[in-house]
Amino acid sequence: MAAGTFAEKGADLELVGITKTFPGFTAIQSLDLFIPAGSFFALLGPSGCGKTTTLRLVAGLEEPTAGRIVIGGQDVTATKSFQRPVNTVFQSYALFPHMTVLENVAFGLRRRSIASPLEKAHEALRLVELDHLAARRPGQLSGGQQQRVALARAVVNRPALLLLDEPLGALDLKLRRQMQLELKDIQSEVGLTFLHVTHDQEEAMTMADTIAVMNKGEIEQMGAPEELYELPRTAFVANFLGQSNLFTGEVSGSTPDALTVAIAGQRLIIPTARAPRRKGTVTVGVRPEKLLLLTSAPAPSSGSNALGPGRVIDVSFSGVSTQYTVAIPGAGDVVVFAQNMVFGPVVHVGAEVWVSWNVEHGFGLEDSVEEAAAGVQDAAAAQSADADTRTGVTSSVRA
Amino acid sequence: MAFSAFASAPAAAEPAVRRRSWVALVLLLPGILYLLLFFITPLVSLVFTSFQQPVIGGDIGQYSAGFKWENYTESVTQYLPLILRAFGYAVLATVLALVISYPLAYFIGVKVRSFPLVQSLLLTLVIAPFFISFLLRTLAWKQIMSDEGPIVVALKALSVFPNDGHITGTPFAVVFGLTYNFIPFMTLPLYATLERLDVRYIEAGNDLYASPFTTFRKITVPLSLPGIVSGTLLTFIPAAGDYINASGDFLGSAQTSMVGNAIESNFLVTQNYPVAAALSIVLMAVILVIVGLYVRRAGTEDLV
Ligand SMILES: Nc1ncnc2c1ncn2[C@@H]1O[C@H](COP(=O)(O)OP(=O)(O)OP(=O)(O)O)[C@@H](O)[C@H]1O
Ligand SMILES: [Mg+2]
Repeated sequence: MAAGTFAEKGADLELVGITKTFPGFTAIQSLDLFIPAGSFFALLGPSGCGKTTTLRLVAGLEEPTAGRIVIGGQDVTATKSFQRPVNTVFQSYALFPHMTVLENVAFGLRRRSIASPLEKAHEALRLVELDHLAARRPGQLSGGQQQRVALARAVVNRPALLLLDEPLGALDLKLRRQMQLELKDIQSEVGLTFLHVTHDQEEAMTMADTIAVMNKGEIEQMGAPEELYELPRTAFVANFLGQSNLFTGEVSGSTPDALTVAIAGQRLIIPTARAPRRKGTVTVGVRPEKLLLLTSAPAPSSGSNALGPGRVIDVSFSGVSTQYTVAIPGAGDVVVFAQNMVFGPVVHVGAEVWVSWNVEHGFGLEDSVEEAAAGVQDAAAAQSADADTRTGVTSSVRA
Repeated sequence: MAFSAFASAPAAAEPAVRRRSWVALVLLLPGILYLLLFFITPLVSLVFTSFQQPVIGGDIGQYSAGFKWENYTESVTQYLPLILRAFGYAVLATVLALVISYPLAYFIGVKVRSFPLVQSLLLTLVIAPFFISFLLRTLAWKQIMSDEGPIVVALKALSVFPNDGHITGTPFAVVFGLTYNFIPFMTLPLYATLERLDVRYIEAGNDLYASPFTTFRKITVPLSLPGIVSGTLLTFIPAAGDYINASGDFLGSAQTSMVGNAIESNFLVTQNYPVAAALSIVLMAVILVIVGLYVRRAGTEDLV
């Protein structure tokens, strides 16, 4: 990037076969990734899956064991960190303790001899609503304030590629929403490329053009938020990004349009286009909010699948919706999210119910049965590790 | 920041805090007694001595109490070159020690941080010279650098050195000796701060377009300032008062005498106690002023 000027537009980022091995531990396993210029790319994954390591490799703070890094068409694998057109919002903030907040924010501008660095730094601080604290030292700020300074210090440079490592994690909901909007504005205004690491699925889904879900140093699936949510390819993605009901059974018949899978003595139909695995034992799934709870056996219909009867074993109210858990013999526990259209639960614990869903909403997984089981476990571990950070009112009645 | 501990803390009015301050006082008592006995008493006696006057018709070294200001003016005029030389050498030795120690401390404290064994081995090497007496080490250097020693002989054989040249007795030898002897005092405090230096700040500097040199100047140096300040003080203060290295018995000669040598000879040889005492107090005062200014300047953190 030329000294004295900001990037005119974003740069694309390409990772080719990147592997990063620490002594005795492989953090990233032959990662391939392409992020087009000007896009907002979110990297989502459980703690320790290699997100920060990926960003450090792109920023040049870590050297890949193998592979190439290309930014804006230029191979930067051997380029020093300070010469890359990249800025990072560090997960640990790393604000310089011996400088004022203002000098922290102006640091990158001064290094590139950008005109009037202090005015621009003030402007960036106004954006994160901290201009009144410009004269303080980082040590005199709260955690959330420090995080916003870290954000301002990186954003003020308008880099062709901005790396954000959980940049809003310490903020309350309202401030987080506001910062999300501002980040989105900055990103689209100049068409910069953002690589955003977050724990917050909702944040990833609302902000990103493309989401990549990472697990154990590999990208499990990548795509537009809706695509990832509606058509997860692996059990890990199906359960890490939202929740899914998964069933395992044998393929008992197939036509060019539809696959029939035998589960709990019933036949479930999955559109062939939504099922990558078409023979033998397969795992299929459906999202809880796609399910209908019925108190009588549904009439067989070609457009919908049904399972049951089962018993309601848990009802938990969470404001906008109620979550029912139904134990169906042979199919396991099925979770149903139902909108609260009436006051109080529709059915109570112990009730006999059926669940049904539109055939179009089902999906099949790429995973083998073993992979699916491992993926479900990984996702469960990730969710429970993350449970403390989640909020939400849930009152639960267990049978 | 370096000496912020010296800043006055706001007075606490709460009884709980006051009770704790009694405990603090009791704990401080031995230290205060020690200071009174071993620092204040000799200091007061030194001040008295510095104003004494010779007993008329008395023996050499016989003085009586008085108020002889001239002790100061005379000794300062007489020994001004030695005072200036002492500070010149001390500054030079301190700068050299800093230049040598900083990379060393950085290497031990940052670069080999992930190898604790290497780290302790290198640290042991830094303090290894302490296992041998200061005098012996300096004498050994005198031998090595003497006219018959290997260095001078080799240099003469190579004819890069005049035939009547010496190393011992030159300012070079004295500054060398001072630097050598005080390097551990510089390295250890530097190591102590650099060991705790968070490399994430350096990474952030690199991420924000600062070249390695700029990162060093703008981030590493300011963050290690406490170590630089204590290291330079621990080197400069004893070096300015040193009389071993500059003495003719060791690495120096009459031409390299420092104020410490003047104090020594006045006390021990000519038994001119008032002049020696006056010189000591002048030396102390000058050091105090220099250190005070230096710490104030370092404390503003605009040093770089
Ligand atoms: N310097 C290192 N030496 C050895 N292992 C490391 C090193 N840095 C990271 N790792 C390991 O690499 C893995 C990935 O770490 P990374 O920091 O990328 O995780 P992350 O996805 O950012 O997690 P989080 O969401 O908790 O920040 C972890 O298991 C971590 O222990
Ligand atoms: Mg991380």
